[in-house]
Amino acid sequence: MSSEKGIWKVIGASSVGTLIEWYDFYIFGSLATIISTKFFPSGNSTTAFLATLATFAAGFIVRPFGALFFGRLGDLIGRKYTFLLTLVIMGGSTFLIGCIPSYETFHFAPFLVLILRLLQGLALGGEYGGAATYVAEHAPVHKRGYYTSWIQTTATLGLFVSLIVIITVQKSLTKEAFEDWGWRLPFLLSIVLVLVSIVIRMKMDESPLFAKLKSEGKTSTNPLKESFGKKENMKMVLLALFGATMGQGVVWYTGQFYAQTFLIKVCGLEPTQTNTWIGIALLLATPFFVFFGWLSDRIGRKGIILMGMLLAVICYRPIFTALHDMSDVNTRQEVSSVITTKKVINPENNSDSLVIKTTHAVYTDSTKLFQTDKYAKLAIKAGNNKASETKKVITLDSRYQWKLIGLIFILVLFVTMVYGPMAAFLVEMFPTKIRYTSMSLPYHIGNGVFGGLVPFIAILITTTKGSNYLDGLWYPIGVAALCFIIGLLYLSNKKDDDVSDDVNEYIHPKN
Amino acid sequence: MNSIKKFLGIVWVIISVAAIFLLVQSAFAHVNHGKEDINKPTFWIIIITIFTPIAVGLALFGWYSLKGEYDMDK
Repeated sequence: MSSEKGIWKVIGASSVGTLIEWYDFYIFGSLATIISTKFFPSGNSTTAFLATLATFAAGFIVRPFGALFFGRLGDLIGRKYTFLLTLVIMGGSTFLIGCIPSYETFHFAPFLVLILRLLQGLALGGEYGGAATYVAEHAPVHKRGYYTSWIQTTATLGLFVSLIVIITVQKSLTKEAFEDWGWRLPFLLSIVLVLVSIVIRMKMDESPLFAKLKSEGKTSTNPLKESFGKKENMKMVLLALFGATMGQGVVWYTGQFYAQTFLIKVCGLEPTQTNTWIGIALLLATPFFVFFGWLSDRIGRKGIILMGMLLAVICYRPIFTALHDMSDVNTRQEVSSVITTKKVINPENNSDSLVIKTTHAVYTDSTKLFQTDKYAKLAIKAGNNKASETKKVITLDSRYQWKLIGLIFILVLFVTMVYGPMAAFLVEMFPTKIRYTSMSLPYHIGNGVFGGLVPFIAILITTTKGSNYLDGLWYPIGVAALCFIIGLLYLSNKKDDDVSDDVNEYIHPKN
Repeated sequence: MNSIKKFLGIVWVIISVAAIFLLVQSAFAHVNHGKEDINKPTFWIIIITIFTPIAVGLALFGWYSLKGEYDMDK
């Protein structure tokens, strides 16, 4: 295997590229509101349809297909050139999204954006398996968990970098300039990052295990058939999905994304303050990806991953209750409050008018509330005094900062437990000749489908009659609990030192 | 342990069938009943399309479990 110095070059080249891919994928999500006004204007059913496809299809459908397509390629022609290709596709697509004229001047724009977004999803589906496999196949024995855990930090850091770039561009420009053309800059910047990463990756050698297989003529001729057509391997793919990645995906999305949605949309906390505090928690927790990867080399992968799931199942409701209580102004004593009302024409019905009530309140602990309630006049006349729309923004006093950061930190700590050892765990489950294909599919179904659906299924549950703000958590809790049971009963805790060996080691350990 | 795995195999098959039923039922309950993403038919077509093969996968996992493919002495 590689020398210690060489492995850091491998990790650097792989991690930077994977981080850039996550960055590219996240900026579309972070700028979704402005993208929809530029490319998917409201009131047009076709663009609304395309917008829905761009939002959901890229994450849910295309990512697993990317895993299959590029996984197959990686097992046929090699890891190095395949994950170079995914980087080029991702970077090129991101750059081109930044170049497309808006819908006003170019009516074909929504179709192009959709195609490029789908290409992003496809490339992301192929990237992770390549990077994880490439690093794992270079890593020395007994340190595979530690070295591959650096790849695991890239998803969190990619999100972090995307937020920093967007905030920096926003602060450097006027609001008008950002909305006019400034939003394109994070997309255009991608091409520079990708070119640097391509130059670095071009200098790297092929994975030693794959190169050996190739020189011996033992590479797979049909990786898809061998991965999913043979029962011996297919049952391991299913076990990886239902006993590990499914639970990991929901824990990951709940900790990193649903917590943010919950605080801003459900609790009504001020977005900039919330994102800043979440950013601090993410940064503080990120080293634990590496810690748990390192620990998994010593005590095994299974125990850490399953403990992360179990803790998440037990602690989600108490933690989210504490987050909600922290933002609940009904339990606070009001010091001052200013209420203003004004009347405007109802945009949905010109013969009606809206009464807009604005409340500015300050509480004894310096928490501030800004609330807007809209009442339709016709509805009031009909005896309905309920606000047709309520928006509240709560700014917490700085005394709550570390408590909130601490709670988010715990949520992300669960993420680091389930995700830190995951790359090594998946790599060790499958033989070299079909590893890229076999590990990519369960990973992207677990993360893209089970994880990516957390916000939507959580909303779906909370909109059910009689449910409360915590009921949305039953989806991640249920999936993680199911995965924990399957993992506990069906998986072995064996660390596989020889990653070119038999696929059945995980249920039939040699020692 | 092997007999527990075999019994659970039946449970996984039942869960997979129940999951599909619940999804289809939820789709009928939500489509065109509001303005959110979950009220859009496209959303549900995507979700059901992607979840059906996964549910089939869970059923297959259950079947393998029932047939003893995950037994320690296999």
